[in-house]
Amino acid sequence: MLGLNNKDTSLFLVIIVLTILAPVLLNPFPTESTLAQFNAGYPDLMQKFVVFGIFAIGFNILFGLTGYLSFGHAAFLGVGSYSAVWIYKLFTYNVIPALILAVIVSGIFAVLIGYVSLRRSGIYFSILTLAFAQMSFALAYSVLSNPKFNLTNGETGLQIYANDLQLFHREGLPDFPHLFGLSMVSTYKLGVGPWEFQLNVAYYFCAIMMILAFYFAIRLFRSPFGMMLRAIKSNQQRLNYTGLNSRPYMLAAFVVSGMYAGLAGGLLAVTDPLAGAERMQWTASGEVVLMTILGGTGTLIGPVLGAGFIKYFENIFSKINDQVLHQWFTFLPDGIEDVLVAIVHPFIGKGWHLTLGILFMLVVIFLPGGLVEGGQRIARLLRRLSNRDKAADATNVSAE
Amino acid sequence: MAILEVKGVNKRFGGLAALSDVNLSVQESTVHAIIGPNGAGKSTLLNCLVGKLMPDSGSVMFDNQSVLGRKPHEINQMGISRVFQTPEIFGDLTVLENIMIPCFARRDGAFRMHAFEQFANETELIDKSDAILSDVSMTDQRDAHAASLSRGDKRRLEMAMCLVQEPRLLLLDEPTAGMARADTNNTIDLLKEINGKRDITMVIIEHDMHVVFSLAERITVLAQGTPLVEDTPDNIKGNPKVQEAYLGESQN
Ligand SMILES: Nc1ncnc2c1ncn2[C@@H]1O[C@H](COP(=O)(O)OP(=O)(O)OP(=O)(O)O)[C@@H](O)[C@H]1O
Ligand SMILES: [Mg+2]
Repeated sequence: MLGLNNKDTSLFLVIIVLTILAPVLLNPFPTESTLAQFNAGYPDLMQKFVVFGIFAIGFNILFGLTGYLSFGHAAFLGVGSYSAVWIYKLFTYNVIPALILAVIVSGIFAVLIGYVSLRRSGIYFSILTLAFAQMSFALAYSVLSNPKFNLTNGETGLQIYANDLQLFHREGLPDFPHLFGLSMVSTYKLGVGPWEFQLNVAYYFCAIMMILAFYFAIRLFRSPFGMMLRAIKSNQQRLNYTGLNSRPYMLAAFVVSGMYAGLAGGLLAVTDPLAGAERMQWTASGEVVLMTILGGTGTLIGPVLGAGFIKYFENIFSKINDQVLHQWFTFLPDGIEDVLVAIVHPFIGKGWHLTLGILFMLVVIFLPGGLVEGGQRIARLLRRLSNRDKAADATNVSAE
Repeated sequence: MAILEVKGVNKRFGGLAALSDVNLSVQESTVHAIIGPNGAGKSTLLNCLVGKLMPDSGSVMFDNQSVLGRKPHEINQMGISRVFQTPEIFGDLTVLENIMIPCFARRDGAFRMHAFEQFANETELIDKSDAILSDVSMTDQRDAHAASLSRGDKRRLEMAMCLVQEPRLLLLDEPTAGMARADTNNTIDLLKEINGKRDITMVIIEHDMHVVFSLAERITVLAQGTPLVEDTPDNIKGNPKVQEAYLGESQN
């Protein structure tokens, strides 16, 4: 279907169904229950899942296929956000032109940064991309924000003010990013018994974008172009002596990947019409590396899983505080309760990065293929168990 | 007509003269062997032909065009393919994919943005690859990971990758090293057939004299970076200078 083989078609359909049902599936606990704090089915978090999913899918096209580790991909994310917000400020809150500009401008940035960075490979490439990203951060944070020429609004971040031009903004259109009048904040609340599911426009819009991004990634993975990129990772020298110029292939991969990041950045501005320099910082670049490795480098679904995993735990762990912990451990004697809370304390709230670090180490050490490998191992184990059952049944039968 | 003309090539690595004043002329459609003891500069000479190394001086003409200063992929696109001394293959890809890549290079040139085409639909190239796989009798390993192949099979795979491009000049750096006797003989037959039927000129570096004398029409003996003699196999066999320089040295 759609030019995909059977296996890819099923994967693609699974992704579509999961993203459509996410507001329900991610809300397993009734609103009033104490477990409701572990629900992930609210718009803010689900938007992050799909937007960072796009970011990671794009990053994986570069890192997963070619093996070139960019440490500055957040620059494109930021460029995408700034471009989108400028469209809002100058012309309209309609998200379509905003996203188009976000993708184009990040693509242009990627051509420039890629052209220079790709003169080197390995660690030098990573350092060059990091340097470019930090330069972009500095530009956004201070240089391009002075009274005479204010492109980024520095520390405050770029946002929309009442006196902005908004040339095509009309009476009756929402004062928020919208799709031809359909406001991105509108949310339909679906009550089913004790549950409440939130069906949010921005989420579904971003989800459709992710589905498209995923589809394009599958096609790219299965194309001759994708194979050339894999060949670069495997043996770039050989590729050159085989008559192929690895340079334009690398640049194309870099630009496609940068445009994915730009789309993700634009979508961040769809869910919230604001762009800040911190989006370009090296920690943001590092995060997408973690997402990809955690999920499974070079696999189709891995980056999406990794993005969801990190964003979910970031949210949950940073929400838990000492009070919540005391509630959990309340059944224990007071002394033990206090000790336990004291032990867990550094790993929650602001300390959740510590937890993420430990999780990351565990995955890299025990599951070098990431969550995808974990899933494969479990599937294999289940198959072996069921085979053994069958074998046991068979011997029972023959014994009788 | 000489398809490859090397004139006065010098290459130094620090104080070591790896190649000094090398002249070599390879006639079209022939098999030309280069022999010589370890460290004689044979691989270095090939490196200068494919753009891996830039000679300090001299000229290298392929089909009356200079190859010096061109990038490796440009030289390949001119019609020169090379099998390396240590197999250079795409270890992470399957055997079939390894062969498909040079097919694309041959058909589409050095770069083409075929991101929306489907690999599985390239039936013509797949058929072509399957044909070459059966030529090197590797059909059974078609879907195996290239990295998992034995050393001899990796070599055969690399040879297939070069052959499928139908190059005008094929450079082979010890193509049978690490192969079992039977595989060596198969390789000789394959190369003979290719040279005859497809009219591919070959330059072959080889330590195995059985291979050299089975295939070569001309032999150049290289010692310490300088060509000692160039002659027909029969004359080389009886040449005392060669006995001394090559056979004498290779025994200790
Ligand atoms: N890139 C390099 N840098 C420095 N020295 C080199 C380099 N390549 C080759 N040499 C030296 O040049 C000399 C010729 O090496 P070359 O590999 O051409 O020999 P060869 O004839 O192919 O030998 P063998 O039969 O062992 O393959 C050797 O002394 C080698 O150490
Ligand atoms: Mg050598």
